[in-house]
Amino acid sequence: MDILLQQIINGLVQGAIYAMVALGYTMVYGIMGLINFAHGEVVMIGTLVAITVVTLLLKAGVPVMLAGACGIVAAAVACMALGWTLERVAYRPLRNAPRLTPLITAIGCSIVLQNVAMMVWGRNYMTFPPLIEKTQFEIAGASFTSVQVMIVLVAAISMGGLLFLVYRTKLGMAMRATAQNPAVAGLMGVNANRVISSAFVIGSALGAVAGVMVGTYYEIAHYQMGFMLGLKAFTAAVLGGIGNLAGAMAGGVLLGLIEALGAGYIGDLTGGFLGSHYQDIFAFVVLILVLMFRPSGLFGEKTGDRA
Amino acid sequence: MSKWLNPRSGLGLTLIVVALVALPFVAGMGGQAWVRILNFAILYAFLALGLNIVVGFAGLLDLGYIAFYAVGAYLWALLASPHFGLHLPFWVILPLGALVAGIAGALLGAPTLKLRGDYLAIVTLGFGEIVRIFMNNLNAPVNITNGAQGITMIDPVSVAGLKFSATTTLFGITITGPQKYYYLLVLLALGVILVNFRLQHSRIGRAWQAIREDEIAAKAIGINTRNVKLLAFAMGASFGGIAGGIFAAMQGFVSPESFSLIESIMILAMVVLGGMGHIPGVILGAVLLTVLPEALRYAVVPVQKALFGEVLADPESLRMLIFGLALILVMRFKPAGLWPSPERRRELSEKTQ
Repeated sequence: MDILLQQIINGLVQGAIYAMVALGYTMVYGIMGLINFAHGEVVMIGTLVAITVVTLLLKAGVPVMLAGACGIVAAAVACMALGWTLERVAYRPLRNAPRLTPLITAIGCSIVLQNVAMMVWGRNYMTFPPLIEKTQFEIAGASFTSVQVMIVLVAAISMGGLLFLVYRTKLGMAMRATAQNPAVAGLMGVNANRVISSAFVIGSALGAVAGVMVGTYYEIAHYQMGFMLGLKAFTAAVLGGIGNLAGAMAGGVLLGLIEALGAGYIGDLTGGFLGSHYQDIFAFVVLILVLMFRPSGLFGEKTGDRA
Repeated sequence: MSKWLNPRSGLGLTLIVVALVALPFVAGMGGQAWVRILNFAILYAFLALGLNIVVGFAGLLDLGYIAFYAVGAYLWALLASPHFGLHLPFWVILPLGALVAGIAGALLGAPTLKLRGDYLAIVTLGFGEIVRIFMNNLNAPVNITNGAQGITMIDPVSVAGLKFSATTTLFGITITGPQKYYYLLVLLALGVILVNFRLQHSRIGRAWQAIREDEIAAKAIGINTRNVKLLAFAMGASFGGIAGGIFAAMQGFVSPESFSLIESIMILAMVVLGGMGHIPGVILGAVLLTVLPEALRYAVVPVQKALFGEVLADPESLRMLIFGLALILVMRFKPAGLWPSPERRRELSEKTQ
């Protein structure tokens, strides 16, 4: 029983991180129908920028809280600039191109970002300086840390902010309109370019926060960390129904839970035949099963016809 | 059919044949490494043409194509290596590899028939990862794939006692192992090119095209979309299986590392960069994307030394950086690929007008 509770806690934390990254995918996809494959790399850059800033400030004797806040802000600013640039350079010129063309440029961007990161930060794993004091709590035999609480809290606040932005502000209304029908939205005076740029910028900011979360949670960062994280987050977005904000959040949390529970119980379920290194399989098998019965994800609407 | 393959232009055909025969010897002068690069270019062209059936002809975005390559490679490795003590000849394994990969392709296709576009992409991606994870972990409790260490000492292709791994002298001409594989690969590649050309304008090829353009309309005119889509998956997959078998034999070693997602993505990049659905374009894309990173490997250090007098940036990451930039730039200025089919070019210029 305590294992169950423990794995649910771990799954929720991991799921919160997935959800934050998945939102970046889903916002861009919902508005322009594009898989931004470079988003995982944006998250990675965010983490590494935060490490550099925080480490420098801590060395200069700045208090931890302030250094952490500066780190998050710096990461967010860097990622927002990066997201904006990516859209401008790699995706905007290709808006009328065949559907797979921007996918390849996205992959190109991903390769470029990874290698730039490697040149700047090197090949080695970097340790992420602790931002908050790690205290351990216990509930019914399961333990969790203040870091985990913080991650879930920050994720909840960010997602609440995003929902407010999308459903209660003028920019959000423009975004929803563009997602529904770009041509008509344009006729109503919505500047599609601005909307798309802001989707990239907001998604990247969420990614930056997620990057700092990953850093504080695992206390380690690496130039290749973005790839798998991005892949999982993208899976989460599809699981929930890509293009749907609530779907991305639910999909992220669900994927985190599935992975944690899968890793915890797969040995028992298969009589020890399959071990916990099959946890990735769990995520993908569940994804395939869900899509077999709900071809556009859990909360998704019917998508277009073209491949 | 494009003009240069026209049998009436006998001179052009002769030139191509002479060039194809002479190429490994020319490349061999720069060292056998170049012949190996050449072999990989052909192998990737083979793979890209297989994927082209699925993505280019039928319009099904497949991001797990490498799984079938892996199936073919592991099948060869298991049936022709000391791992199980089996040493079957290649004319048994290759067709078997095509068959098994084809079945795997149909198995992947079956649950994904209802999915469209990007949902299909992520499921195929998941399938590819599942296959890789199994290959990585199927060493316990029964050792099937030998896990992350992979399988070594795989038998090379051998025909009538002639081993493809060793150097032999025939009629006074010395032919190295890689050069022999080159000719085998060229033969196989010509086969797959022929199949592609014949398929493209066949009844099935037209059905694929119809599905690609509008699945509902295709269904309405009486195309059995389910069977035709499954056929595309199975066919593309069986080419992947054959290529995988040759890869295992050529390398003598397979491990799950060779079959990661990035490989699937690279093959897709070859198809799209060259010109999706256009056979010469796909071949061009495959050759360019295989040769470019290798050529850069030789170029980045000397060029840096010449420009700055020292090696400033890590050559490996600089090489990949340039490669990524090249992908972006080509797609930016040639959105339909480097060598798109004439119809596609026309469609695109209509759209932008």
